[in-house]
Amino acid sequence: MSPKTLYDKIWDAHVAHEADDGTCLLYVDRHLVHEVTSPQAFEGLRMAGRPVHAPDKTIAVPDHNVPTTPGREDPANMTEDSAIQVAALDKNAKDFGIHYYPVSDIRQGIVHIVGPEQGWTLPGMTVVCGDSHTATHGAFGALAHGIGTSEVEHVLATQTLIQKKSKNMKVEITGKLRPGVTAKDITLSVIGKTGTAGGTGFVIEYCGEAIRDLSMEGRMTVCNMAIEGGARAGLIAPDETTYEYVKGRPHAPKGAQWEAALEWWKTLYSDDDAHWDEIVTIKGEDIAPVATWGTSPEDVLPITAVVPAPEDFEGGKVDAARRSLEYMGLTPGQKLTDIEIDTVFIGSCTNGRIEDLRAAADIVRGKKIKDGMRAMVVPGSGLVRLQAEEEGLADVFKEAGFEWRLAGCSMCLAMNPDQLSEHERCAATSNRNFEGRQGYKGRTHLVSPAMAAAAAITGKLTDVRDMM
Amino acid sequence: MDKFETITGIAAPMPLVNIDTDMIIPKVFLKTIKRSGLGVNLFDEMRYDREGNEIEDFVLNQPQYRETEILVAGDNFGCGSSREHAPWAIKDFGIRCVIAPSFADIFFNNCFKNGILPIPLPQEQVDILMKDAEKGANARMTVDLEKQEITTSDGEVFPFEVDPFRKHCLLEGLDDIGLTMEKSDAIASFETKAAQARPWV
Ligand code: SF4
Repeated sequence: MSPKTLYDKIWDAHVAHEADDGTCLLYVDRHLVHEVTSPQAFEGLRMAGRPVHAPDKTIAVPDHNVPTTPGREDPANMTEDSAIQVAALDKNAKDFGIHYYPVSDIRQGIVHIVGPEQGWTLPGMTVVCGDSHTATHGAFGALAHGIGTSEVEHVLATQTLIQKKSKNMKVEITGKLRPGVTAKDITLSVIGKTGTAGGTGFVIEYCGEAIRDLSMEGRMTVCNMAIEGGARAGLIAPDETTYEYVKGRPHAPKGAQWEAALEWWKTLYSDDDAHWDEIVTIKGEDIAPVATWGTSPEDVLPITAVVPAPEDFEGGKVDAARRSLEYMGLTPGQKLTDIEIDTVFIGSCTNGRIEDLRAAADIVRGKKIKDGMRAMVVPGSGLVRLQAEEEGLADVFKEAGFEWRLAGCSMCLAMNPDQLSEHERCAATSNRNFEGRQGYKGRTHLVSPAMAAAAAITGKLTDVRDMM
Repeated sequence: MDKFETITGIAAPMPLVNIDTDMIIPKVFLKTIKRSGLGVNLFDEMRYDREGNEIEDFVLNQPQYRETEILVAGDNFGCGSSREHAPWAIKDFGIRCVIAPSFADIFFNNCFKNGILPIPLPQEQVDILMKDAEKGANARMTVDLEKQEITTSDGEVFPFEVDPFRKHCLLEGLDDIGLTMEKSDAIASFETKAAQARPWV
């Protein structure tokens, strides 16, 4: 048998039909649904009189546009548009008989955090969701794609996706990370190197010692941002860390099924002599804590650097950099650590898991946030929130002056009222620093949870290593 | 879906690289539960000031580009989120074709599902088309999907590649779901096989 990559193996196990031109129907094992990109898909099904093909493989949870403040079970406490979208999802979940975690359920949270937490996401699966950060689930060695609403409807109706195979890219992070460097710094540094279009047409497999050493939480952070690197999906081969995380989760296999699953999962790795269309290698020890300065995730630099000048770039990027600097209100040559921050947002499907909150709390413990700072922690799920409360992390944050919120996407995309005002500058643990992403004319610097926590204390972008 | 007919129309230049989905349709407009009516908010934050007045400089606000049907853009167009509101807004505005050096993957897919033709071309060719688009309303570009050719206002012809299956679907206005359902036997037999091989799924 010819050697295969992990991606090849999962792909081959899910092709339900292949046309002569290579267009495939890829079978979908898990379909995750949220309130913002699904209403039009369900409307389409109703209009065509079609049922959901596999309701038992379909899981819905509202997250993008829900309030993160208390009392939200009552629609009267939602903005009108949130209430409409949430009510539509409530109804669609009920009418079509799919698994559902409503806002009142402690298990509710960001769809990409809920899936793994509940054991819906397993190695070797195909996972799709009408959200680009579906890539997160790749951390389990699952092939996970973000899809558009028409495709959501297609999957609901047929449990398949029309796909052509992508190319294989290997991103290897060798050796150990230095202290203060996290999964977030890895993933941003990769994008800094390859650019936001570098992964276009590829599925990326992350490997190497520094990736192996990461917890599942860290691996999810890395895969989450594969999409910012332009890739269709990011993958990490499953190993003991993965099995350990999955075992015992509500929807994970049990008993003999677990053994059978494990046997298959252990075959899920890239063969030694597999073909790679592209290979990127980065030394773990070369990665520093980083922050973004511009309005694209590729605009990233070590925290010790200075803001670049447009002339440092080439081609279309010169104008883009000029526009970014103007938008961000920054001057070339300015030290990143001199940039003053108004707001800190800790949360999102990139960094809203328990380990992220622990890392942030370690920096914050016993300190106070800078006067006038607005700082919030939005746990990725109700269960993360509960655990953080039990571990005393919530108290650490609250005593330091942080707001402690309910689970949801919140200020990651700022659809709900959690928004930046004009020119407000935010250190955020989320994944996008696009213009207007966190509010009209709001300015976003992407950083790790520990770096965000450090900025909340000092009021500036800060090298977290100085606070450790 | 409407059939994709040959377009002869105005092309607007947007040379910016990394035009993301938040620029194409800011998230405040994701609150709708309908597909239609998003055209007025296409590129909203670039197109209008806070009071809702048009920003004169913005290309689609200029008199010669109000009837734009083709967009010529910079590299990595449509990066960012999976929101299909982006192609819905583009289509609702009246744009049926976007030409750029490269496209983000999900956006590229979403275009085809909505009767929009995204055409990736080498940068040098996009540069020439950009120049042509800058000429404004008198310069009409033609996109012929059947022949896979773009013709500039000067008559210069650029062939382009397109996936044959997607081309067929666009030309015929075919609905993906209907096509896939014709293969329901293949799906059913896959399901039987998979249930034996991986019963835990
Ligand atoms: S947390 Fe942000 S990136 Fe993640 S699913 Fe929500 S909106 Fe998307």
